[in-house]
Amino acid sequence: MCFADISARVMVALVALTLMTSSALGFEVESRKLYQAKSERSRLKVISTADLNVFDPIIRAFQDAHSGITVDYTVTGTTDLMGALYDEGAVFDLAISSAMDLQTKLANDGFAQDHAPQIATTLPAWATWRDQLFAFTQEPAILVVSDEFFAEGTAPQNRDELIAVLRDNPDRFQGKIGTYDVRRSGFGYLMATQDSRNSDAFWRLMEVMGRLDAKLYCCSGDMIRDVASGKLALAYNVLGSYAAAQLKHTNGFQIIEMSDYVNVMSRTALIPRTAENVDDARMMLDFLLDLKARKDLVAASGLPAVDAAALRTNPSLRPVRYGPALLVFLDNLKRQSFLRNWENSLLQN
Amino acid sequence: MVTPLGSIRKRLFIQLALVAALLSMAFFLAVRGVAERAAEGTQDDILSASATAIADSLRSEDGAVTLDLPYSSLSMLGSINEDRVFYRVVTDGQTLTGYPDLPQPDQPPRLGTPSLQTLVYRGDEIRAASVTRPVSTGIGATTVVVTVAQTRQALAATSRQITATATSVGVGFFLLATALSLWAAGSALAPITRITGSVMRRGPTDLRPFETSAPDELVPLITALNSFMARLRASLSRTEDFITEAAHRVRTPLATVRAQAEITHRKLNKPEHKHAIREMIRAIDESSRSAGQMLDHAMVTFRADSLAQDALDLRSLMDETCDRLGPTADLKDIVIRRDTGDKPIPFTGDGILLQAALQNILDNAIKYSPDDSDIIARVGLDDKITLSITDQGRGFGETDLSALTTRYTRGANVSDIVGSGLGLTIADEVAKAHGGRLEISPNKKGKGACVSLIFPRG
Repeated sequence: MCFADISARVMVALVALTLMTSSALGFEVESRKLYQAKSERSRLKVISTADLNVFDPIIRAFQDAHSGITVDYTVTGTTDLMGALYDEGAVFDLAISSAMDLQTKLANDGFAQDHAPQIATTLPAWATWRDQLFAFTQEPAILVVSDEFFAEGTAPQNRDELIAVLRDNPDRFQGKIGTYDVRRSGFGYLMATQDSRNSDAFWRLMEVMGRLDAKLYCCSGDMIRDVASGKLALAYNVLGSYAAAQLKHTNGFQIIEMSDYVNVMSRTALIPRTAENVDDARMMLDFLLDLKARKDLVAASGLPAVDAAALRTNPSLRPVRYGPALLVFLDNLKRQSFLRNWENSLLQN
Repeated sequence: MVTPLGSIRKRLFIQLALVAALLSMAFFLAVRGVAERAAEGTQDDILSASATAIADSLRSEDGAVTLDLPYSSLSMLGSINEDRVFYRVVTDGQTLTGYPDLPQPDQPPRLGTPSLQTLVYRGDEIRAASVTRPVSTGIGATTVVVTVAQTRQALAATSRQITATATSVGVGFFLLATALSLWAAGSALAPITRITGSVMRRGPTDLRPFETSAPDELVPLITALNSFMARLRASLSRTEDFITEAAHRVRTPLATVRAQAEITHRKLNKPEHKHAIREMIRAIDESSRSAGQMLDHAMVTFRADSLAQDALDLRSLMDETCDRLGPTADLKDIVIRRDTGDKPIPFTGDGILLQAALQNILDNAIKYSPDDSDIIARVGLDDKITLSITDQGRGFGETDLSALTTRYTRGANVSDIVGSGLGLTIADEVAKAHGGRLEISPNKKGKGACVSLIFPRG
């Protein structure tokens, strides 16, 4: 969702021009790819915030399972996805987003259709809302620490320890802390707001990070890269699935799941009200919900499937729950006041 | 005639079932009403609490109203159901935050009291709670209206569930009540059925009063029936008494008149005078016979109610009867041939009545037989006892045989012979009183008729 180089954009723009000459897009398309079926029976338009390289194996596996469906896959940011469906009335058959709050607002405000999934009975209660929102991944927000700064076994295991370590060694960590710029990242904002709700330690942590002149990032990938290279000592609230994927071919960092609590985010799929090819969208949605049965796809995409057993064995994992509560931090005044607090804490210099 | 007005049981059952249906319906409406109000009340309470929580978070900053939307205000709505949630905060007509197109209450809610209304928003029915809160901005006070709304899908689901439950309970109640009313109708009418049965089981001459237990409502009817029967019995008995008395009083002077006529007949010489006197004697005989039959009939009616249980021999009874009427038969040169077997036929019954019956049958046979003919008196014994008298008379012709046993009914071909029409009636009543019957049939061997008294053996 965050890597996009210029050549890719130009290519996508060209594809977009050829595919959609009739409708001008008001939202920003990061990339777009047409997965042409051998003998096209129908066409499924997917809008997603998941990068092409992440979703590519899933789309190909879906096409293997259901032949004749051409998949038109558009990648955009969470806010743009919301805007495309909410304000512009763009026509897509399936919308996949990591912004649970924005997806909740879409469903709450009547922009989603009902779906009765085939594996509904095995879905945990928190993984669905109103038969419209369906979580198909389970991705913790974790702490990434550099091996250069923390030898194995010395990394802080909870937020109080983290605060203590940072306070006690201001010189060592000055400018070496990274976290999301919640003003730019929907995921960062969601994790920060959940943190603020879960623990008073959050604001203390933000204060400490602000004093240490924390670096702000747009994306998990950049933070992981800088931690691995030793440019950062640690990065807070990194998307666990990306870090785990990076760790396969990069060394130099550890993944810490905090023991006090770990926010767990889910990617959410919904069928927009404007969907034209609802039948195929339901098939794709059912395919995504059954991701757990495809270990090969989990490995290839790096998207951990919903795993209720993991939540039972590790009580500190806290899945973000759908519901009107997620609308609270989307409230303009609330968002303004949260960002003001956040800026006051983090941007002290 | 009785005009049938339909069954009381059916009417009672239908009325009770209607009452049960009404009660079931009322029950259904009451249960659903209460439960739905409770469900609505729960949603209203939470919406009010949410709106109040938002109102409590209002404050002024730099002379303007601002709001830090409390997390709980919306999370509490999500905790009970998955309904969609909308909210709006309006300051002096300007939307401070929330959904700008969310309808406001028609009238601003009064301070401290949330106003609740049901609206349609974005195509769905919503329930909205609004509260008014004055906020001091330093310069002055601003009135802020907070509205929190929720769709009612969970409520509709609850309502469907309540309706289903209330329906099944209502239907069950109705079925149970209907079954009970069926039973109640049957049980209430049981005494009537019992009394009807005991009335119907009675013989035609049983005029004894009813001695039975009856519900209060039926006591007057039974009392009236008993008093009616007592009057009937008294009336009947008076009639019989009168006939007996009348027959006695007629017979005795007639005997005297006959004796005098006989004497006069002997003294007279002129044939026309002799003929006149003979006619007179014949008329006197007929009157005497009718009076005798009336007496017999009255006696039968009287004795049949309390039948004597004598040990009898029907064979000797037949013989005695033939002996007694032998002289009458001789007058017409009629021979009574007896076919009475050689064994006695024991029978328990009223000897006087049986003799009267046989005598009347034989007397009839002699009366309607031509001179110089035979009458066969037979006593048969197989699976039943048959006493039959067969004559060679004119028979009954075209007469309806079943009507002959009715009082004062005579054959269609006997108008030239004087008779009362009581003879066969007496025989029939005696036969019935003894559990038997009178059978009238044409003579199988030639002309004439065969009249039989048939009794069961035992």
